[in-house]
Amino acid sequence: MDYGFTTAAYVVAAILFILSLGGLSGQESAKRAVWYGIAGMALAIFATLIGPGAGLWLLSLVLIAAGGLIGYQLATRVQMTQMPELVAAMHSLVGLAAVFVGFNAHIELGRVLAMDDTARKALEGFAALLAKKDAVEIAILRVELFLGVFIGAVTFTGSVVAYGKLAGRVTSAAEKLPGGHVLNAAAAGISVLTLIWYFNSGGFLPLFIMTLAALFIGYHLIMGIGGADMPVVVSMLNSYSGWAAAAIGFSLGNDLLIVVGALVGSSGAILSYIMCKAMNRSFISVILGGFGGPAGEQMAVEGEQIAIEAEGVATALNEADSVIIIPGYGMAVAQAQTGVAELVRKLRAKGKNVRFAIHPVAGRLPGHMNVLLAEAKVPYDIVMEMDEINEDFPDTDVAIVIGSNDIVNPAAQDDPNSPIAGMPVLECWKAKQVFVSKRGQGTGYSGIENPLFFKENTRMFYGDAKASLDKLLPMID
Amino acid sequence: MIIGTPKEVFAGEARVAMTPASARDLQKLGYECMIETGAGALAGYSDADYKAAGVTVKKTAAALWKDADIIAKVRQPEAAELKQLKAGKTLISFFNPAANDAGMDAAKAKGANVIAMEMVPRISRAQKMDALSSMANIAGYRAVIEAGNNFGRFFTGQITAAGKVPPAKVLVVGAGVAGLAAIGTSTSLGAVTYAFDVRPEVAEQVESMGAEFVYLDFEEEQQDGAATGGYASVSSPEFREAQLAKFRELAPEVDIVITTALIPNREAPELWTEDMVKAMKAGSVIVDLAAEKGGNCKLTVMDEKIVTENGVTIIGYTDFPSRMATQASNLYATNIRHMMTDLTPEKDGQINHDMEDDVIRGATVAFEGEITFPPPPPKVAAIAAKPKAEVKELTAEEKRAAEVAAFKAQTKQQVTLLGVGAVLLLGVGLVAPASFMQHFIVFVLAVFVGFQVIWGVAHSLHTPLMAVTNAISSIIILGALMQIGSGSFLVILLSALAVFMAGINIFGGFLVTRRMLAMFQKS
Repeated sequence: MDYGFTTAAYVVAAILFILSLGGLSGQESAKRAVWYGIAGMALAIFATLIGPGAGLWLLSLVLIAAGGLIGYQLATRVQMTQMPELVAAMHSLVGLAAVFVGFNAHIELGRVLAMDDTARKALEGFAALLAKKDAVEIAILRVELFLGVFIGAVTFTGSVVAYGKLAGRVTSAAEKLPGGHVLNAAAAGISVLTLIWYFNSGGFLPLFIMTLAALFIGYHLIMGIGGADMPVVVSMLNSYSGWAAAAIGFSLGNDLLIVVGALVGSSGAILSYIMCKAMNRSFISVILGGFGGPAGEQMAVEGEQIAIEAEGVATALNEADSVIIIPGYGMAVAQAQTGVAELVRKLRAKGKNVRFAIHPVAGRLPGHMNVLLAEAKVPYDIVMEMDEINEDFPDTDVAIVIGSNDIVNPAAQDDPNSPIAGMPVLECWKAKQVFVSKRGQGTGYSGIENPLFFKENTRMFYGDAKASLDKLLPMID
Repeated sequence: MIIGTPKEVFAGEARVAMTPASARDLQKLGYECMIETGAGALAGYSDADYKAAGVTVKKTAAALWKDADIIAKVRQPEAAELKQLKAGKTLISFFNPAANDAGMDAAKAKGANVIAMEMVPRISRAQKMDALSSMANIAGYRAVIEAGNNFGRFFTGQITAAGKVPPAKVLVVGAGVAGLAAIGTSTSLGAVTYAFDVRPEVAEQVESMGAEFVYLDFEEEQQDGAATGGYASVSSPEFREAQLAKFRELAPEVDIVITTALIPNREAPELWTEDMVKAMKAGSVIVDLAAEKGGNCKLTVMDEKIVTENGVTIIGYTDFPSRMATQASNLYATNIRHMMTDLTPEKDGQINHDMEDDVIRGATVAFEGEITFPPPPPKVAAIAAKPKAEVKELTAEEKRAAEVAAFKAQTKQQVTLLGVGAVLLLGVGLVAPASFMQHFIVFVLAVFVGFQVIWGVAHSLHTPLMAVTNAISSIIILGALMQIGSGSFLVILLSALAVFMAGINIFGGFLVTRRMLAMFQKS
């Protein structure tokens, strides 16, 4: 097949990918959109395999099939609560693949440059593409390749650490090596120096040193970011994996790689932006890790946390007409989503108005709560975004907070000195009664005292969310 | 331990602090119950009823005071009763500690613990033992009934064959627990009911009971009752004048006035003056629930019913709850039982007098030979709402101006961005070779399309979005596929690994996306 067919196939594939992302604007169209994505991918791989430059296609197919088998196993076995881990793990694969492809490009470039003209003409495939380049193009190629490897390496270790934190294998607290950001800056400085070195010499050593520096940056940067900021981190890594693909696309001269890389990169960037906005923090402050120190003395919280038993919650729910449930990461940890869904079914069967309020950064992944609730068969039209439902709290009889903390913290509005001051929060305290299902009296990830728990209309329903719900369910009639 | 309830010694008191029902519940807490013979007779409970509930009946009060470890009664104990207290015994009763120094001294001398039911703090958790509220509820109801008993007409308006009957007009002053109960009773009897309170925030509660709230033409920032724990406090002289003027205006119209205005630890304020009484129609009735503290009307005689020269009946009874002894005993006994539940966290029949607990500390006036009155302020204070900052209403023109300004700013921002972007692109174009620019343009356009498309993605689908972008970012496989066929073993190995990993990603990403999307269902 000639080059024209491949290009045409790439155009179609690119359009399919755009449609695939665009289709995610609604739940129904999304079901179709994923097929566009699959078709686009199949077409792209097919066109590349039969196109110019590809060889060993049997080996390629076997490898894809083997990888696919593992992917299939992962996808069917993963629990919805583990989605953040899975996504992070998959990002690391893309990052590593980008590093390998970048290395290859470097090796091939070196080989091609060493040849004389006659040998170059005899080349096929990727090497032939390289052989046609002139000096300026090769210089640009080196920068692109270098960037691709750099971003890929950061993505790889960053995602591995993010995976470890989300899976609970690495402490989710923000940890830094002594030296903190100076170390990161030093590693970044080394990368810049090696770029200049590589640009001039074209040797493997600077590339290798940079790779090590980038791997370190990925590791250390993400280690310094705490668990609750993971939505930003994961979407940032998502973005990086896209930019890595785009950079590699430049160096390989492959437009489809560039298009898809750019799509994925901008998608991740927008997600990070949305997440940061939902926390009222700048992207930089999230990436540099930890909460900034409070600007002054925080308001002291007065009062006491008043506990309540399942009977009390059940009575209130039986009497309520409208209920809003605010899930958080705690629901995912306790695997309580099916219990919550059962509760909602029972309450809705009695004709009550039950809805969910989802804060953009609830959970550890953008949209995490939506997926968990969908898994438990909660209809998506009662699952509301913060802006849609925040106005309705004053007319609500009962608000139930399950495993969320900072996103319902009134201090964000009342206390200008609170570290989360100005962050948009769900105003659940305006409901007539608030029940908070919580493991114990401790503060959340951010270590910020939550005045909600001390409010007059708040009752604390202590215990593991799943166990609490199991106790509560039989009492709803 | 043994809980005992003696017969009330106060003349005319019909209530009893333990009912057969509450005794059964107390036994569940591990206590033994004991009662003086005939203690429940006036409240409708015979000794046999108590025996059936497992309560020991004692012949004399002295024997009961001797045997019981905890004595629960209703009225403030008299000196003779206090003499029988001993160290280690606990007395639970109304105690009026603010005006009962002798009683507290006696308890202190004996070393007994005393819990005063009127001192239970007014916080949500303690509502179940708030005997003042449960008694006030009865008083409010009974006040309307007594008024009706002394009022010569129907409450509700009727048009009958024998003529038209106008509805009675009732004014309730003070919308606390008693006031609200009175309002509820009065409206359900069909009277046209008005209510007044110095705390404007109760207007909503008043209206929810079906009465009309009487607003004053008064500009001063009125106090928020929540700041004082839900009780009224003393109002300014100007406010009082405005209030009296309003009452004067209402006096000739209303048929029944029920005053319930009390300020904690003070004489009752005079709200219904003599000239108002004179202005009322003959046959009208005033029920003064504040009679015990001097009365809201100065003509009130405590514990008596009088009729003024112009034919207005003024009722100054102070024993409304006792007049409904069965109901009052039930509620009071339940309050006591809840108090015991809090005092017995282990349910083992042993008192655990926890002075760290806000409610128990607040209600205890004498503890282990010390007078513990007045209590420190409770840790939980009712939070008073802050006055709302006024939001200025924008006029239509101002709104339009703001919109235009926002539009202009947005345009300016976009034009600047585009300009800077174009200049940057041109700059790159000047130095970069054409082959690079081709790819670069594709890249810029793709980023642009990406931004446009992704903003439209529903928030709830962000996780599927990540999974699907993850899957398609394995497009990096193309690079590996292109390289796998060319070059050395090392290249083949690295690209083979890359193909393998991308393969995992493609299948994993798409399948998991599909799985997730299939779960989203509409109701």
